[in-house]
Parts: sequence; structure tokens; C-alpha cells
Amino acid sequence: MSGYTETQPLGRTATADGRASPDRSSAANQSHRLANGGLIDRQAPLQFSFDGKSMSGFAGDTLASALVANGVKLVARSFKYHRPRGIMTAGSEEPSALVEMRTGARKEANTRATTQELYDGLVASSQNRWPSLRRDFMAVNSLLSPIFVAGFYYKTFMWPAKFWEKLYEPAIRRAAGLGETAHLPDPDHYDKAWAHCDVLVVGSGATGLSAALAAGRAGARVILCEEDSHIGGRLLSDGGEIDGMPALDWLRRVTDELASLPNVRIMARTAVFGVYDGGDFGALERVNDHVPQPAEHQVRQRLWRIATRRSVVGAGAIERPIVFPGNDRPGVMMAAAVRTYINRFAAMPGKRIAVFTNNDDGWRTVEAVVRAGGEIAAVIDPRGKVPAAYRALADRSGLRVLPGQVVDVKGGVDGVRSITVATGSSTQNIDTDCLAASGGWNPNVALSSFHRGRPTWREDIAAFVPGVSPPGMIMAGAANGDLSLDACLRTGHAAGAMAAAETGAKGKSGNAAKAADEAFAIQPLWQVKAKGKAFVDFQHDVTASDVTLAQREGFESVEHLKRYTTLGMATDQGKNSNVTGLAIMADARGRSIAETGTTIYRPPYAPVAIGALAGHHRDQNFHAWRLTPSHHWAAERGAVFVDTGLWKRAQWFPLAGETDWLQSVKREVLAVRNGVGFCDVSTLGKVDVRGADAGTFLDRVYINGFSKLAVGKARYGLMLREDGIVMDDGTTSRLAEDHYLTTTTTAKAGPVTQHLEFCRQVLWPELDVQLSSATDQWAQFSIAGPRTRDLLINLVDPSEDVSNEGFPFMGVREVMLRGGMKARLFRISFSGEMAFEIAVPARYGEAMARNIMKAGEPFGVVPYGTEALGVMRIEKGHVAGPELNGMTTASDLGLGGMASKKKDFIGRIMAGREALMAPDRQVVVGIKPVDKARRLRSGAHVVPKGAIPGPETDQGYLTSVCFSPVLDHWIALALVERGRERIGEIVRICDPLRNEDYEAEICSPVFYDPEGGRQRA
Amino acid sequence: MRIACPFCGERDSSEFSYLGDASPKRPNFAVDSPNSPAEIEDAVFDYVYLRANVAGDMREYWYHGGGCRSWLIAERNTVTHEFKSVTAAPGAGAALAGQAGE
Ligand SMILES: [Zn+2]
Repeated sequence: MSGYTETQPLGRTATADGRASPDRSSAANQSHRLANGGLIDRQAPLQFSFDGKSMSGFAGDTLASALVANGVKLVARSFKYHRPRGIMTAGSEEPSALVEMRTGARKEANTRATTQELYDGLVASSQNRWPSLRRDFMAVNSLLSPIFVAGFYYKTFMWPAKFWEKLYEPAIRRAAGLGETAHLPDPDHYDKAWAHCDVLVVGSGATGLSAALAAGRAGARVILCEEDSHIGGRLLSDGGEIDGMPALDWLRRVTDELASLPNVRIMARTAVFGVYDGGDFGALERVNDHVPQPAEHQVRQRLWRIATRRSVVGAGAIERPIVFPGNDRPGVMMAAAVRTYINRFAAMPGKRIAVFTNNDDGWRTVEAVVRAGGEIAAVIDPRGKVPAAYRALADRSGLRVLPGQVVDVKGGVDGVRSITVATGSSTQNIDTDCLAASGGWNPNVALSSFHRGRPTWREDIAAFVPGVSPPGMIMAGAANGDLSLDACLRTGHAAGAMAAAETGAKGKSGNAAKAADEAFAIQPLWQVKAKGKAFVDFQHDVTASDVTLAQREGFESVEHLKRYTTLGMATDQGKNSNVTGLAIMADARGRSIAETGTTIYRPPYAPVAIGALAGHHRDQNFHAWRLTPSHHWAAERGAVFVDTGLWKRAQWFPLAGETDWLQSVKREVLAVRNGVGFCDVSTLGKVDVRGADAGTFLDRVYINGFSKLAVGKARYGLMLREDGIVMDDGTTSRLAEDHYLTTTTTAKAGPVTQHLEFCRQVLWPELDVQLSSATDQWAQFSIAGPRTRDLLINLVDPSEDVSNEGFPFMGVREVMLRGGMKARLFRISFSGEMAFEIAVPARYGEAMARNIMKAGEPFGVVPYGTEALGVMRIEKGHVAGPELNGMTTASDLGLGGMASKKKDFIGRIMAGREALMAPDRQVVVGIKPVDKARRLRSGAHVVPKGAIPGPETDQGYLTSVCFSPVLDHWIALALVERGRERIGEIVRICDPLRNEDYEAEICSPVFYDPEGGRQRA
Repeated sequence: MRIACPFCGERDSSEFSYLGDASPKRPNFAVDSPNSPAEIEDAVFDYVYLRANVAGDMREYWYHGGGCRSWLIAERNTVTHEFKSVTAAPGAGAALAGQAGE
């Protein structure tokens, strides 16, 4: 008799030299471990701890199988009622045995013990209990269960609303819940990768292996994904015979052949979780979840996007529970899971196992228990007859077979002690510590339904099978309702061969493997109608009476049922509860299941950590950086950088002793206004426009004209969207008869390029014009201030004339620099000072910054950042992003006069609409506080003096504010209703967010040098 | 999902951006157009705002901004997201030709 080790001594074994050794390296302390069999490595013992208790298992175990082997029944507390729960399944559908893995920053909540591979030193703990798993005070929730019924969120706490937020919700969240997150940054790395194949095979059971082999032999590029650490699916648990050999031998032979095919890639520990458009799949590879922590330079998990041409889904079927009172007690398990623990893991889940099944498959568990030397307490089969295939077994083993139903399960935190079986009108109690139950099998239709393919009901197997699958997907084997081993081999092979052929593979797929076809007979039994809490959704604590309550209250459709009871909405997505729930609903409504229908599934099939979705895009790598050409020089000078889009721009350059940003910014502004400063403006978008029709093209996209602009001149331009709203602004220079250089704002460089390309390629393909983006090709610096010319003279070749006559305002030309390099020089000003912009190829940007510093040294040149740049543009009344806000027209910005009346341009006609021309629109004005010490803040609202602030009296808001070093007080640009007619009016400024309320004066938006003489000097 | 750019071949959809229905034709009105202002405004209004909400095959503008910067006209089924064809806008590729000729 094979060794069920119950009678062996616990805890300690003697080593060869006679000393007692601690728990390590022995199965002896694993009270429920079989002496032989299983796919575990008895030479590789592993220590682990659960809730602080040290235990041992073997390589090849999952945490769940190791707990089973150690006789641990109680593993978790349930979500709402804190009922004791154990391990129900042996797969990724596990609803109950959720644990917290690891500690500290690597703590992970809600890990299914059934999918967690055991490793040496594994630390896991139970969750949702206080103070301990055995003594959980929150179990008092069970007594309150009347208020936790279906819809309790909606009913109990509807009123008063503020109680909900402050009182009920926090209390419920504390009492009801699953695990807790680490609250620390995840120290591990996650990767993202692409894979491409002709045929993706999902699942590596008999179906998936057959499909991969058929497609691989034919020559298709195949990827086979298996969520488990081992290839084989149910073959690992159920054994059997294939092509006349033991299934495990066949498995070895097939995996060897697949490994020998260079066009086949096998990915274990990789769960396919989603199907997306165009045959793309999402898959999560758990690269290092089976070790304490990833080795250096290794990732914990890898998110795969797999581009496929065809897919074969052999995802198997999921066994469904029967709903009866006490069906959630620790020790009540799925029948096939019991078989898995025995056959694959050599762990016997109970000393006296009872089996409750309405179908033939449950009898295979009876057989497995008997074969492993376990004891069967009873077999309860409501069909009343021993299936023909198992009659010999029943006779030989003297099985106690009861034609009835389990109506109650008695036990405590340590699990099942006895069950009550009703046979006809009589009942009897049977002592047992493990009840293996099977209500039949649900084909795993999830992936097939992700594109809204609704599963259809198949009466003969009492289950839903895939409806219309996403394009290119073939469902096969048990996932398609073909539940026998032979059918899996046959349909898997056919699907693989067909998929390969459809991708053009020409090779021979060979023949399908064969197995003795076992019949699958079932008589549906969803619910045992008896008194007591009977669970449908174990993870969300939804009971049969919740479902019938929903029906009585009118929430009859499957979609309403789901939302009202939260059935199927937990982390397991109701993998083993949805169908049962709607079958009970169908019964309550007196309808058939086919009529009642089913909900469909959404990705992800398996939980995917946000870390895996983010991959390396976190912290400083959250997005790509764009560095300005002078970045390293600026960093050297201690610049403070600001993110503008992807760019890092120098915001200001603090000097030693400066403690406040405003101090630095004031200094930079005054240095420009009184001397000279410079700023890297390379981030502005630059579009090179060439061709005979370049001028015509620009005339059509800007409201003002460019075809008549003289060569060697620059002009400010404004472009509208088709709807008449301002899109962007910038200067355009004419470098040659057929060559313009257009600039855009930093933020709009991409969108404007796209828009211009649309105009060229779609609207006016007949124009001879070409565009190319030159933003990254040029380093450009604005040099501004009254001493600019002095600096320039030190920078350019002595032959260059940069005098006001030789290089007038808005002039543009190529100049020779000292040292013989060419640069583009533009006499344009954003600051209002005499200014030039100088552009050199981007790779010279850093050297240029150093040269400007050197050339300007005698004049006290100061580098300035975007803050000073912004201050000077506000002082000068130039509009920027906050005013070009996607709602303003040219005339709102005070730029309506620029619009040409002689030509058509994009946005012209829509800009002429009545509402966009209305006299009461909010327009750009200046604002200065009455109390000059008052700080202004953008976003504050403008209301008439004496009015009560509110939506009716709101007349606009402050768009851009700054402290003006020149005026020595805060100033603002604002959008104000009829603002231009109200210069001099005192208004009320209200900022309810910051609780500020003060008076200010509407003024001209140009605070500095309104005549513009300085920039023309 | 991949989109077959006529210039770059099959590329991931994240390289492309979507504009919308390619059927409306932009009306052209000179500043001295003889049409009445109301007529002009109506025509442009239709072009700018009015779109059919097609469930099924639709001709659409797509932009290969992460690639060759070509505007493309795709026939796509808005229900299944299946691309039936992708062709270049009339002026797409001209820049390419121009550069090659330089
Ligand atoms: Zn392209």
C-alpha cells in the first residue's frame, strides 16, 4: 500500500548520525504527504512559513499543495463575512486561498496560493483577519449578515449621503476586504516585450500540445503559452493513456519534439490575459515570482504583446461547485483539485474523503483517492447509480455510495468534520475531513468572449460553449466543450493544422494522437435546496439567497444580477461562480438557462500588476526626456529644470546666496532689461517650408500674408483651426524666394506639423511645397537686452554689420561667426528688448552657449530661464499658451487686425460667426492690483466691483501672472468680458480656491515700453 | 493592431493618429466669392462639424506621425476595426520624391 504518512512521527526525524535534525529535508513532518508519486522533487526540500509557522515542502509544490501536504486547512477569511476559508481549487481560478506574499516593499496582496510556486524561504501570510486567522473578531460580520445582503451598498447606506462618505464606507472598507498593499515603492523591475508568430497556442494540455505540434510540424511559427510552471495542463493531474503509452510519457515525447522544432517557442509561467484588435494578445510572464527576489539585472515579470495571425485556444475547462449549505468550509474542495493534489503533488487533502458529484468526472477523483491508498468516506451521486465505468471500483473497494445530496457541512475553523446527506426523506451524518465536490465543467470561454462573442448553451454537457470568437481564433478541446481526452487530442490537432495552413504553412501536420474516449455524463445539479448559507461566489461572499433576493427585487437580467449582488466582480472574475449564479437565477425565474443567457468576460483574464503594465516607464523613466542642446552646460551652472512636455528646460539659474526662485528670476529679468541676457529657445518648433508655392501655402494657413514678405525678413503669424479658434502663433522668416522657416510654440510643434502636412497632402496636393521638421536640427538662443549688439560684435565675424541700419528689426540672414562657422541670425524679440536669436546646428549648441557667455562677459551677460522669459512676455503683453487656450479668437487676443481681407485662409469663415464676433466676448487685458503689495494668482475670477461672485457675475479670469521687476508689483494678463472698453475700471478679483478677494484695475496688456522703441533700438 | 502604411509597410497602430471621416470635401470660397454669406457659412459649417456616425466600413484619415509623416486614407470597419485598405493621400510622398530628386 502506498504510503499515506499520517502514522509517521511528526516534526523530527533522525539523521544518519543519530542526531535529531530540525524540520529540513524530510517529508516526515508533512502530515498529508504521500510517500510516493507526484511530480515533486523529494531530493529538493524547501522551507517556508505561513502566518509565522515554519513548514516544509518540495520543489514542484505550489504554496497550496505544500499547505495541503502539511495538513493546513484554514488559509483565509472571506471578504464580507470573514468566514474561515481553505483551498478550493488547484489552479488560477482559485477564489478563496488568497494570501499576502513576502514582506516589506515586496509584499503582494491577493496572491493565489494555488498558482504561487513554492521556493525556499517563502514567507506568506493570511489576510483580512484581526487579530489572527483563527480568532478573527471581524467574523462578527457574519452575525450582521442581514445587512450585508445583495444590494446592501444601495439600500442600507443610502441616507444621509454624508454619512456614507465619512462613516459607512470607511467602516465597510475596514471590515470587508482582501489583502493590503506594501505602501512602499516596488523595488523590482518589470519588462515589456513584443513577440510575433503565425499561430499562438494558449494552454499546454492535450489540446494545446496537439495544436502546437500540428502547427509546428507544418512549419508555422508557433508560440505556446502556459500559465503554469509545468507544461501539460490536466495531463499532469489526470494521467491516462495516449497512443498506447502513459500520458506523462506522451507528454515528454511531445515536449521533446516541440523543443526540437526551431519554429516553436514554448513559454511557461506565461498567462495570456487579453485579446486585442488585429490578433494582438497580452500575456504576463512571471519570470521571477518563483524565487525570493529576482537576481540582479533580472525582472520580476514581463508583459508580452504577441502579434499573431491565428490563435488556437486550448484553455481547458473549469470545474464548477455545487451550491449547498456550508459549501465554503475549509476542506470542501473541487473534486478535480483533490485529484491534482494527489496525482501531481502527492498530497492527500483528507484522511477520510467524501465525494459529491453529479457527473462521471467526479468518479475519477474517487479512483485517484483509492489508488493512492486514501480512504473514501462515501460517494454521494444524486443520479442514484454508479456509472458503468466505475462499478468494478465501487465493488472492489466496497464504496459507500449514496444516491442523494449533501444538505449540510459541519465543522469549525479547522475545517470539515462531518456532512449531512439527504437520501430521499432520510438523512445521515458522515464523518469526513474533506469533501470533494463536482457540479460539472464550464468550458473556459473567456478569451473567446473578449470581443463580445456571447457564449451559447449546450444542453448535453450542461454548459456554455464559445459563441463567435475574435477573428483568427479557433477554440478547441475542453474550452470548446469537447471534454474527453480523445476529443481534445483530435480537435487540438485539427485546429493547429488548420491555423497553420491558413497562414500559408505547407508542411505535413501528421496524425492526431489517440486516447480511449471516455464518455462524459452529467445530470445538472446547481443548488441543493436546504437551509443555511450556501455560497455561489466565494470571493465576494455572494450566497444563493442573494441571487434569489435579487430576482424578487426585480434585478432579473444577468447584467443586473451581477451588479446588484457583485457576483463575479471579485479578482477571480467569477471563473467558477458566474454560470452557477445565473443557473440559480434561471431557476428562480422559471426560465431555461439558455433563455436567461450569460454575461461575458473582459480582460485581463488573470490579474496583471500595474507594475507590469508600466514596465520601465516609472520614476525618471516615466516618459522620454528631450534635452535642449545647451542642457549639460545649464546643468553645470546649477540650473533648475522644468518639464515642458517631454522637454527639460532651464527654469532659472540660481546664484550662490539666492534662496528664493523669485530672487533669481528678478535678477535675471533686470539683467536683461538693463544689460544683456540669453536663453535657449531651441524647443520652439521649426518647420522648413520650401517650394515655388511656399508663400501661397503660408498665406492659406496663416491669417496674415507671407507671400509678399521680403527675403531676409521675419514676420509674426497667427494660424486658426478650421473652426475659427486660434491654433498657434510664431514667427516665420523668408530665407530665400522659395524657402521659409516657420516656428511654432514648444507645445504645438507636433500638432502644427501634423496640421500643415494635412493641408499640404490632403487639402492642396497641387501646391509645389515641401515641409520638413527642423526642431531638433537647430540650437537657437535668444540674446536680449540693450547690450545685445555689443555681445554680438564679439561673436560674429568683424565683416558682419549688426548695426540697426545693417540689421534692422525683423531682419534675418545667415552670418559668419568668429572662427568661421555659419549661423542664422534673426532680429526678433519676445522680451521687448533689443534682441536677436542666433541658430547653429544642434550639435554646436553647448559650445554656442559657452561662446555667448564668453562674448558677453565684458557686459555682464546673464543666462536666463523660462521663468524670466515668461515674466518679460507678460510685461510686454505677448500672449502665450494660457491665452491661446483653444477657446480664443484672434480678436479676443487683440490680434484681429492681423487678419488679411484680401485672401482666404483656414478658419476665416468660421471665425466670422456671430458668437465669435460678439462684442461681449472675453478679451485679453492687463490687470494690476489696487494694493500694490498684493500677490496675484492665475485662475482667480474677475467680477464687477460690488457684485456677488457667482456664475452669473463671472466676467473672466487671470490667465498669466508674474511679479514685474520693472514695475515692482504683481501684474497679470486676463481674459475679461468687454475688457478693452473697460480700461481703468476697478474690478473685484475672487479666488475661492485660495480664499482671496481683492480689487484690481483693468489696464492695457502692454505694461512695458508700449511704444516698442526698445526692441527697435 | 498593425496598419499597413503604403510607404513603411505594416507598423504598430501606436505610430499612427486618427483624424476621422475622409468623405467631407473642404469647400473653397475666395474672399470675393459670389455666394451668399449664409450659403458659405452653411457649407463650411457642414465640413467642419457634421459627420455621419458610421457603424461599418468608413473611409478615414490617418497620419503616420511616428513614421513617414504621410497622411493616409484607410477603409476601416468601425465595428470590427478591420482595415480593408490603406492608401496615400493625394499629396503624400511628394516630399519624399522631392528630396530624392534634390
Ligand atoms: Zn509611413
